[in-house]
Amino acid sequence: MQQRDTTILTRPNLVCPAGTPAALRTAVDAGADEVYCGFQNATNARNFPGLNFTRDELRESVAYAHDHGARVLLATNTFAPGDATGLWRQAIDDGIRCQVDAVIVADIGVAHYVATRYPAQRLHLSVQAGASSPEAIRYYCREFGVKRVVLPRILTVKEIKAVHDEIPCEIEVFIFGNIGMMAEGRCSLTNYATGISTNTDGVCSPAHHVHYVEDGERNLTTMLGDFTIDCFAAGQSAGYPTICKGRYFAAGRDDEYYAFEEPRSLNLTSLLPELMRAGVSALKIEGRQRSRAYVQAVVSAFRKAVDDYLAGREPELDSLLALTEGHKETQGAFGEKRWR
Amino acid sequence: MRAKLTIGPNLFHWPAEEKRDFYFQIADEAPVDTVYVGEVVCAKRTPYFEPYYDEVAERLKRGGKEVIFSTLAEVMIRRDSASVAALCALPDAMIEANDASALWYLSGRPHAIGALMNVYGEDTLSFLAGKGARNFALPAEISAATIRALAAKGGELGVGIEVTVYGRVSLALSSRCYHARAHRRTKDDCGYVCELDRDGLELRTLQGKPFLAVNGIQTLSHGCTNLLREIPELRAMGVTGYRLSPHSKDMVAIARLFRAVLDDALSPLDAAPRLAALGPSMPFVNGFYHHVEGYRWVEA
Repeated sequence: MQQRDTTILTRPNLVCPAGTPAALRTAVDAGADEVYCGFQNATNARNFPGLNFTRDELRESVAYAHDHGARVLLATNTFAPGDATGLWRQAIDDGIRCQVDAVIVADIGVAHYVATRYPAQRLHLSVQAGASSPEAIRYYCREFGVKRVVLPRILTVKEIKAVHDEIPCEIEVFIFGNIGMMAEGRCSLTNYATGISTNTDGVCSPAHHVHYVEDGERNLTTMLGDFTIDCFAAGQSAGYPTICKGRYFAAGRDDEYYAFEEPRSLNLTSLLPELMRAGVSALKIEGRQRSRAYVQAVVSAFRKAVDDYLAGREPELDSLLALTEGHKETQGAFGEKRWR
Repeated sequence: MRAKLTIGPNLFHWPAEEKRDFYFQIADEAPVDTVYVGEVVCAKRTPYFEPYYDEVAERLKRGGKEVIFSTLAEVMIRRDSASVAALCALPDAMIEANDASALWYLSGRPHAIGALMNVYGEDTLSFLAGKGARNFALPAEISAATIRALAAKGGELGVGIEVTVYGRVSLALSSRCYHARAHRRTKDDCGYVCELDRDGLELRTLQGKPFLAVNGIQTLSHGCTNLLREIPELRAMGVTGYRLSPHSKDMVAIARLFRAVLDDALSPLDAAPRLAALGPSMPFVNGFYHHVEGYRWVEA
């Protein structure tokens, strides 16, 4: 086996999703350094029925993680609308009482609340804040003492390195899972079609607005609200209807096409060493809505991959492709600029 | 307080002379108080119109309009950062921030907050007002109840609250250029194909239903916001500014209609059919305001 130069690889934190206490324990057992989760309401960006934590569950989960040497990050990363800021303040208060290790926020008002009320609390800037330039990140560091920024999935590794050199905080990047085509925190497509806001209600493409319509020949049309997102011939596997992964007609083009992106998952496994060399401190896996089995498989695979790279071994990476959406993967914007 | 009528930043890549002439006409003929100038969607477009900034700003000021420069909404690479830095360095200019990059420069001195900044709640509004924000153009997707709360807070703090009452809605930003993609190109090699569509490139569903409009990295609604009939309610809430987002329509005539309604010289019901006659190619929508699907039209 070929040995690699590992002298400049620093050990990154593996940040894993948990939609339930069971998933959190699974992620910790599978080797997560940090697990992120949210409360059962609009204060987090995965506000799905049957998902997320009560206050008691969070307290117990934090204790479990701490006992096993892992940390818990609370996602309070939606935007508090109008005068409804109480719910977000409550989530912060509760999370800190449960002794979470960091809170992840996007809303400037919520960030200000944490920074003034709990100045010692470690604060992470959510991808939902859409901070994609050194100046924007420095702004959040200066105003609120942000310690880590989760970068939008829109930069190449080279650009991430450049950002790293210009900011005073840690960088976290998504390495695996669902890939949204739009800048996070800046998308109202779901609201336009369903009346539910991703930014303030915490849901993208809500299941109760999704319809599957089958015709006499068993062709399947997937819809969000009143809008057709895609059509599938009988026997084809139909993807979940998300506006930015649908097919459309554009004026001046005679074919139906994926106007934004094909349904694919992000998989940056092969870029891991480059990301580590670029100074990325935390590698994030998407998927709080996923099953325990998925969390177990993905977290342990990445744990092994990261440890292999650190030890100078070439890791086995093929198993992760089986877990990607429709078994199709992409490096998204991270690989090369031409993706844009 | 007299309601301000404003012309928001032009979201589209019109040929530079055409854009210049648009602003000249607004300067000379439109009954508006404030005009926002500047490229907010794509920094690659900036070199085309930037040479006209001085001329346009001068003409607008001569026409009695306040000029505010609006910054790029998505700042990713050095070219983008440079564009924001340059605007924020303009001497004696009022700048509208559409991204936290601009706040890095503007915080601590008087500035404005653009509709592409996420100001949803009163805590955010209060914080930014405390750092020098004097006017807030609210995000497009918020409902009447949220506008009411923010307008009340704005009144308390003595800052302006502006609502977009006309134009296609900005629904999303991306790093990828969908105009280029529609033409089988990439962003770096785009050939400026966005110039072909004065109001965006229409996307239809597979069943032929108009849905969205592509404008470079931005995705807009197919429907066009029209809050003409909601103006009395907005005024009662204390909303101070009424923004028209430019389209390739007769914006002077559209501004005159809204001005007449704001001045109580014309009832919203009488103005509505006249507005429809000026912009027939896009259906009107007001769903976000009424807290339903954004594409819907709710009879007031």
